[in-house]
Amino acid sequence: MNDRAEAEWDLIIRPKTRLLDLRLKELWRYKDLLFLLVRRDFVSFYKQTVLGPIWFLIQPLFTTLIYIFIFSRLAGISTDGIPQPVFYLSGIIAWSYFSDCLLKTSNVFRDNAGIFGKVYFPRLVMPVSIVISSLVRFGVQLALLILMIGYYVFTGEANFSPTPYIYAFPFLVLLMAILGLGFGMIISAVTTKYRDLSLLVSFVMPLLMYATPVVYPLSTVQGSLRLLISANPMTPVIEGIRLGVFGKGIFDLYSLLYLTIASLTVLIIGIIVFNKVEKNFVDTV
Amino acid sequence: MDIIKVENISKAYQLGQFNTGTLSNDLKRWWSLFRGKDDPFLKVGEENDRTVKGGSGLVWSLKDINFDIKQGDTVGIIGKNGAGKSTLLKLLSQITSPTSGSIRIRGRIASLLEVGTGFHPELSGRENIYLNGAILGMSKAEINSKFDEIVSFSGVEKYIDTPVKRYSSGMYVRLAFAVAAHLESDVLIVDEVLAVGDIDFQKKCLGKMDDISKGEGRTILFVSHNLPMLSSLCKTGIVLKNGKLTYEGSSAAAINFYQNGEGSGMGHISYLNEEVKPGDDIAEFHEAWLEDSAGNVRGEFDIRESIKVVMKFRLKKDLIQPFLPNFHFFDQFGQHIFISAPLSNEKVKSTENIYRVECQIPEYFFNTGYFSIGLAVTSTDLGVKVSFYEQNALNFTVTEDFARSVFRDGTSGGAFPGVIRPVLDWKINSL
Repeated sequence: MNDRAEAEWDLIIRPKTRLLDLRLKELWRYKDLLFLLVRRDFVSFYKQTVLGPIWFLIQPLFTTLIYIFIFSRLAGISTDGIPQPVFYLSGIIAWSYFSDCLLKTSNVFRDNAGIFGKVYFPRLVMPVSIVISSLVRFGVQLALLILMIGYYVFTGEANFSPTPYIYAFPFLVLLMAILGLGFGMIISAVTTKYRDLSLLVSFVMPLLMYATPVVYPLSTVQGSLRLLISANPMTPVIEGIRLGVFGKGIFDLYSLLYLTIASLTVLIIGIIVFNKVEKNFVDTV
Repeated sequence: MDIIKVENISKAYQLGQFNTGTLSNDLKRWWSLFRGKDDPFLKVGEENDRTVKGGSGLVWSLKDINFDIKQGDTVGIIGKNGAGKSTLLKLLSQITSPTSGSIRIRGRIASLLEVGTGFHPELSGRENIYLNGAILGMSKAEINSKFDEIVSFSGVEKYIDTPVKRYSSGMYVRLAFAVAAHLESDVLIVDEVLAVGDIDFQKKCLGKMDDISKGEGRTILFVSHNLPMLSSLCKTGIVLKNGKLTYEGSSAAAINFYQNGEGSGMGHISYLNEEVKPGDDIAEFHEAWLEDSAGNVRGEFDIRESIKVVMKFRLKKDLIQPFLPNFHFFDQFGQHIFISAPLSNEKVKSTENIYRVECQIPEYFFNTGYFSIGLAVTSTDLGVKVSFYEQNALNFTVTEDFARSVFRDGTSGGAFPGVIRPVLDWKINSL
């Protein structure tokens, strides 16, 4: 087809697109929508609640208390010399950010079928807004963690020896977001046809937490089991954060490289699959 | 200059199950679609007619549609339910993608298939204006510049910082329409959203639509069953039937074609020349019409005239229980007014034959307006079974000659409200 004649049109709607026709430029045009959606999620979360954003803190605090009781007191699992509250809290907030991103993204077509069926905008805006609004929540919880660490440092109850890996922290959070987004998009694409998967995922995610060093340090795991757990891309995220902040953890540049490659692969597959499905999902959902 | 060019657009939908039946076929189809090839399980050439069951589970909701729209045109899309109007709008607004063909558009396109999409009940009116505007494709700067205009158009200034869950439904709809009406786009697609709000607001909406098309020179595509509204708003019209484009021309001509066209006649419908007639193994529908007392087939009656509804159908086998023909009457808004069926002493022994059934509507029964009749035959031998139901089979209008009407005493006046206007027995005594 004649390229010049094609260029006269601003929009051409065709049945099939090339695999990598991702239209990311269009996503940028809708950045205002992205931020309004993040704002909506945040505002509607605490409207008509007394405690407001404090609710973001209650869940990780109580989970930490319960983990201290079960895994430290009853089961006697070591925390690698890190004070128990900050050890568990760091794992919990990282895991719940990942799991939030994944679960919410995986239901994005189902939850937004009403809007998607009536208006066009780049569908990718929705999952990206989920990742960013979960980041707000993560930030609030992170502030709690920092306060706790501050308490230990000032009272001198514990000594932390941060390593240079602490500078990798923002990068680790970004990779974690990418992982959650990527897996979530892959699952969301499949769930438009087979609802079973979303049920399966909501039941498997809490179990997967135990395949990630949230309630135990990787150093307590030996042999082939350690290899298996290290293959979990969330393992280097949590171990990396602990090594950077507390100076205890099994993490090096190779794990960082592995994590980066794994996250980007998952993200690219996720975007491709998501784009493939978004065009016609209205007909099947 | 053409602003929209639609070429050979088709859209197939899968009926019933969304897979081919086996996982291996599912995977084969998925693999070829993934590589960007055609669906190997798609059969071509089937037409979307809801009265006929297709061979494969696929139905063509749209088939080989071609048309061009010029800048500044207002185009009405007309068709019965299921003709493919909504599918066409969905394709144009990129909600779903076509099975084949292409659509080219110049400039920005905005669609309004629903008002208030994405409104969040917990957010205030102000916040929802921004959110809804952004969902419809406006940037924050654009909304800022139009904000005051939107608020004053909606008439909810006082409550702009109240959560919309506390709004009355009228206020909600007004605010939602106000946002949509201020969209900056070259092409606006509107689907029957004007049937909202009170009469005053509807007039305001219509006025706004008129401004958009005539004043600002923007292009509008409009779908509605409200034919009077379409004819006043649109310059040109497109008629769809069973997924095919059957007419393209001025809006008045298109409406005329739609009302008198094949199939849905004003006062007559016939399947005699069609190979497949609506029906099942018990009965099939042949023909129906409306006639006046002199036996003329018509679609327009004076309120003083009686109307005879006649239906012909074939009973394909003997029945133990008598069959039951039944007629369903609807007003112009699709409101079901009543059903009529013969009483038990009027039924006949049902043997295999062609039957002609008649039902007489007396003079002075319907109020003035536009009405439609659905025709059905039911049998009860094996539970209640509907052999066919032809919705909107017959349409007619009832008019009133003010000079001769018994209701007017020779004076003219406005229209009477209501669906029916019977002559009742009144007694007035002075005591």
